Amino acid sequence: MTQAEPQHFPSDVLTIAGRSYRSRLLVGSGKYKDLEETRLATEASGAEIITVAIRRMNIGQKPGEPSLLDVLPPDRYTILPNTAGCYTADDAVRTCRLARELLDGHKLVKLEVLGDAKTLFPDVVATLIAAEELVKEGFDVMVYTSDDPILAKRLEEIGCVAVMPLAAPIGSGLGIQNRYNILTIIENAKVPIIVDAGVGTASDAAIAMELGCDGVLMNTAIAEAKNPVLMASAMKHAIIAGREARLAGRMPRRRYASASSPLDGTIA
Amino acid sequence: MQLVINGESFEAADESSIAILVTMLQLDQQRLAIEVNGEIVPRGLWSERRLVTADRVEIVRAIGGG
Repeated sequence: MTQAEPQHFPSDVLTIAGRSYRSRLLVGSGKYKDLEETRLATEASGAEIITVAIRRMNIGQKPGEPSLLDVLPPDRYTILPNTAGCYTADDAVRTCRLARELLDGHKLVKLEVLGDAKTLFPDVVATLIAAEELVKEGFDVMVYTSDDPILAKRLEEIGCVAVMPLAAPIGSGLGIQNRYNILTIIENAKVPIIVDAGVGTASDAAIAMELGCDGVLMNTAIAEAKNPVLMASAMKHAIIAGREARLAGRMPRRRYASASSPLDGTIA
Repeated sequence: MQLVINGESFEAADESSIAILVTMLQLDQQRLAIEVNGEIVPRGLWSERRLVTADRVEIVRAIGGG
């Protein structure tokens, strides 16, 4: 696998809650067919931050059966517990406390409070309440939210360490639905803005980075590709390409043509 | 004594500590977090904390998710 690295900006790192990361691709660990595929796709993605869900232990589980953190060890990856499946602020806060205990006091969490099972849109009111409580309890909160610029700014002001507006509904693969909202959020932000949810293919990720996002978080786009390991690699490259294009400063769009070859010396 | 573990009825020896329960359930090798009656019990206290009948225990771990 090629190790594509940003060539011109070796110091272009993503910093979240005081820690720096070379990869701007964050991935989820759900929906894979088995742990081996999870492991291979995650490695191919080059991601350093991996989200996990917190769920009841299966009491009947055979001892010695490998578990997720065996294939994604916390000493190798930054494990980002999420509050997936929580529909109330209380549940989300409780889940984060359990996650912090599970991960030996690590306080980086992804907060999501859902409002509706069909669209999985965030309940933004409950999200604000949960964010405030979690920040007070010392968590470093990366918060999943809608693409509303006012809300994004409020969440930043509450003290979230990163704001993560959705591109489109979770698992929809529709790509960024409102570029201008994402752009406005980026323009107003002093914390990293990471597009989370709704990315479908490589170009979606590249577009997010070209808009100026600091990173992209995705799960379904990789796990539900026909070849997840290959898609993980595609996404890794797309994120790098989009970021380099952003840093390179694109050419202006023009209404009409501008020839690339000089006119002088054309044969007559 | 009768406990409720992850929503299910469970029979355990009287005076079992959380540590004993974890061993009995063969979960020693797993990374877990445990709540008893809605309050997290840190791993460092699992040997000391004795369970009593009707205690509601939640045992959670990390799984794949987005």
